[in-house]
Amino acid sequence: MGRYLLRRLLQLVPVFIGTTFLIYALVWAVPGDPFAGKCGERRCPDQYIAFMTEKYHLDQNVFVQYANYMKNLVQGDFGQTFSQREISDIILTSYPNTLKLALVALAIEAVIGLGAGVLTGLRRNGFLDNLVLVSTLFLIALPVFVIGFLLQWLLGVQWGIIKPTVSSEMRLSELIVPGFVLGSASVAYIARVARTSIAENRRADYVRTAIAKGLPMRRVVGVHLLRNSLIPVVTLLGTDLGALMGGAIVTEGIFGINGIGRQVFRAIVTKESATVVGIVVVLVLVYLVMNLLVDLLYAALDPRIRYE
Amino acid sequence: MSDILVSEQSAPGPGGSGRPSGRLLEVDDLRVEFRTRDGVAKVINGVTYHVDAGETLAVLGESGSGKSVTAQTIMGILDTPPGFVTGGQVRFHGKDMLRMSSEERRRIRGEGIAMIFQDALSALNPVFTVGFQIAEQFRVRRGLGRAEAKKRAIEMLDQVKIPNAKSRFNNYPHQFSGGMRQRAMIAMSLALDPEVLIADEPTTALDVTVQAQIMDLLAELQRERHMGMILITHDLGVVADVADRIAVMYAGRIVEEADVYDLYAKPAHPYTIGLIDSIPRMDEKGQQLRTIKGLPPNLMNIPPGCPFNPRCPMAQPVCREKVPPLLQVGNARASACHFAEELVNRD
Amino acid sequence: MSDPSTASIVSTPAAHPTDSPAPATQGPQSNEKPRGLLGDAWRDLRRKPLFWISATLIVVFLLMAAFPALFAPGDAVNGSLSRSLDKPSANGWFGYDVQGRDVYARVIYGARASIVVAVLSVLGTLLVGGTMGIIAGYRGGWVDGLLSRIADVFFGLPFVLGAIVILTTFNGSGTSNSKAEIMGLVIVSLTVLSWPVVMRLMRSSVLATKEADYIVAARALGAGTGRIILKHLLPNCLAPLLVYGTIMVGSFIGAEATLSFLGVGLKSPVVSWGIMISDGQQFIRVAPGLVFFPAAFLVTAVLSFVMLGEAVREALDPKLR
Repeated sequence: MGRYLLRRLLQLVPVFIGTTFLIYALVWAVPGDPFAGKCGERRCPDQYIAFMTEKYHLDQNVFVQYANYMKNLVQGDFGQTFSQREISDIILTSYPNTLKLALVALAIEAVIGLGAGVLTGLRRNGFLDNLVLVSTLFLIALPVFVIGFLLQWLLGVQWGIIKPTVSSEMRLSELIVPGFVLGSASVAYIARVARTSIAENRRADYVRTAIAKGLPMRRVVGVHLLRNSLIPVVTLLGTDLGALMGGAIVTEGIFGINGIGRQVFRAIVTKESATVVGIVVVLVLVYLVMNLLVDLLYAALDPRIRYE
Repeated sequence: MSDILVSEQSAPGPGGSGRPSGRLLEVDDLRVEFRTRDGVAKVINGVTYHVDAGETLAVLGESGSGKSVTAQTIMGILDTPPGFVTGGQVRFHGKDMLRMSSEERRRIRGEGIAMIFQDALSALNPVFTVGFQIAEQFRVRRGLGRAEAKKRAIEMLDQVKIPNAKSRFNNYPHQFSGGMRQRAMIAMSLALDPEVLIADEPTTALDVTVQAQIMDLLAELQRERHMGMILITHDLGVVADVADRIAVMYAGRIVEEADVYDLYAKPAHPYTIGLIDSIPRMDEKGQQLRTIKGLPPNLMNIPPGCPFNPRCPMAQPVCREKVPPLLQVGNARASACHFAEELVNRD
Repeated sequence: MSDPSTASIVSTPAAHPTDSPAPATQGPQSNEKPRGLLGDAWRDLRRKPLFWISATLIVVFLLMAAFPALFAPGDAVNGSLSRSLDKPSANGWFGYDVQGRDVYARVIYGARASIVVAVLSVLGTLLVGGTMGIIAGYRGGWVDGLLSRIADVFFGLPFVLGAIVILTTFNGSGTSNSKAEIMGLVIVSLTVLSWPVVMRLMRSSVLATKEADYIVAARALGAGTGRIILKHLLPNCLAPLLVYGTIMVGSFIGAEATLSFLGVGLKSPVVSWGIMISDGQQFIRVAPGLVFFPAAFLVTAVLSFVMLGEAVREALDPKLR
């Protein structure tokens, strides 16, 4: 187990370096003046240029720059915006909001997606099954910004059931609709994976054994069938957390949530390169760590998987 | 050996005879069909057999003869759809299980009738320990506490001769060898002390050396517990030592039923003759193995008359017209062949 | 229109000339010759209303993209301010936008940009991902290791975020207004961010078939690498790629619209559903149609590709029969 973890961590390092380097190079190392349009519409203040050049070694090649950036990063120094704000501050204030939104989305996925998937997997081809199949098709096909916009307009503006935007307190009740919007496509995928998984396992020999043992039906389904069918669903949910946080940009924009998605979009529009890189680095890290955790979880859920 | 229940197999109609007979478990004129997209397959066409306490009935047949489907119907684990029971009865202590409430039926499973399966690896749940799956019986069905259930489960593992039962309790099925897995499966099925054990090809998936051990274990446990056992197999060699009676199935019917010695000594159905002849024999080394020509019939389109007639070396015109009923021939045996008397009375 | 991929997806089944085009004329017990997987799939497929609905819609959208003038005589680009925000009428079925442009005509003309971008991105993704996957799966060893890690790197980038970064980097100043250039950039960024998925699909499918007996036999008989890949490996991996590609066209239409909506994808004067929704959202109280009609077309287009892909997948998967 320990050795497996170590090996996976070592595998993770080159991917982390590769991804962050890619982003770094995309943002900083395009040919031409690195400060052209990097400080909003104005020309960058000379003082900032001098400071940044010195700090990021911008007069050297991109590899040295990146190495220095990473050196600062592991010490917790994400750098500063051109208005001298600590980027780590921005991340610290916006990150919890995005995490909260993503967790709400995940909870909605788990409840709705899993519920629908289990129900339809047990009774295929019924009315409910067809209803779920059609609605998941729509959820998959509707781009997030369309769903978000539609729900905001219908529920928020037309019917007044919710407030169109989320307040800065980020109350749980306010996050339900944005959470559903963010997780909409995933809800559909979870439902489908759960449905297929249940339907496949329902005919498995061990389920037949459990029935032949004379166990009550709810125990056959609730313990024997569910435990096996949940393995792919749980792993999907796990990987999704990282993806949800990285994909929150549209949802946060629509509902006015002050999360990292919104910050990074703002940073891109105002051309604050250091902020963009910093936030993406954090997101990539979350994504990779979640994937690692899912691998470990998978091995914990399925005893047949060995740590090798 | 007691007398043999005989029924008119050709007579259609649902229901079975329904008369009480004091038997432990009896299958009476059972009919099952599989309704698929490609048509209806008549898998069981009036099967009748029974088993009493303390005896072993071997059900012999090729794959597709309906021997496993009959067992699944008895257990109530037939996949529906596509499988549907269209007639007959399955009586346990004289009561028709097919007309019981599902709750009543559930309580018979495990305690009244238990079953072990061919492939223990897939029949055991891969994500729970073997111990959990055995102890579960005691906890759910007997309401025992965790510690007591564990103790009883370890006893069961001991009884099926699994070494180091205590430490094996926490192993997962994939950590067991094939033979050990089948032993664990047997321990699980016997946990609630069932009156009838159905063993569906319990040794087919195992190595030859292990096969004998498992068969011996089953025979021993059956004797000790005075259980009725239905042993389903396609292997004549397996049954000889263990079975008291043998029922031979073909195309969803019983074609012959007899005491194990009578059956080997003087088979009363051409199909049984073919089966016995196709066993490789030491004294005929070097000669070509005898086989039964042709293939089992397509169950969606069973030929008229005797279903075996296209493959039968003795087939006469009557075989293509009339379905031979399973009738008593001689003493305590039955055959579904128009020429059964002649076969029994030959030298 | 350069959309050979969609065309071939739609017409693949028709490659069996023995089939009559009328659906459901044959019962399950018809005495047909046994056919291969594709033949079976086609027999299954043409009984499905979902398949016919989605295929018809896709044909309509393709025609719309190729010959928009067939559907809308109006002018999609120029409007007259006198008609600004006019309600739907006999002349302008979907009304007019703030600049007095005919929304119906714009919605019709918007199909072209969306579909061209989506189809070309899918082709690019399949080509890049497919090639990498075949190489990684077939060569194995360090080549596989390297390509797989590179794929991991690109896979680690959040999709929308990555696209935004790429698009703003290469079109940051917004100087480039050449239609082809912006479209090319969107296509490239979608491809760059999606190829790892196809690569993994292809790689595992190659790994699964590589050791199959008939491939080993072909190699033993002296078939070269190129021949084995072309004649044996590729046809086997084609079915899942076909399904994935079809569904991907749908999701790329959605992705393109999302990027345009965010203002980093296609830009005016290109007509695109995403741009229309983005432009229309500020007038949603006065003229909801400005958002509703392009959104409806967008969703229908995405839906038809996703539905077609699902129908084909179900038909190809014997387990689901």
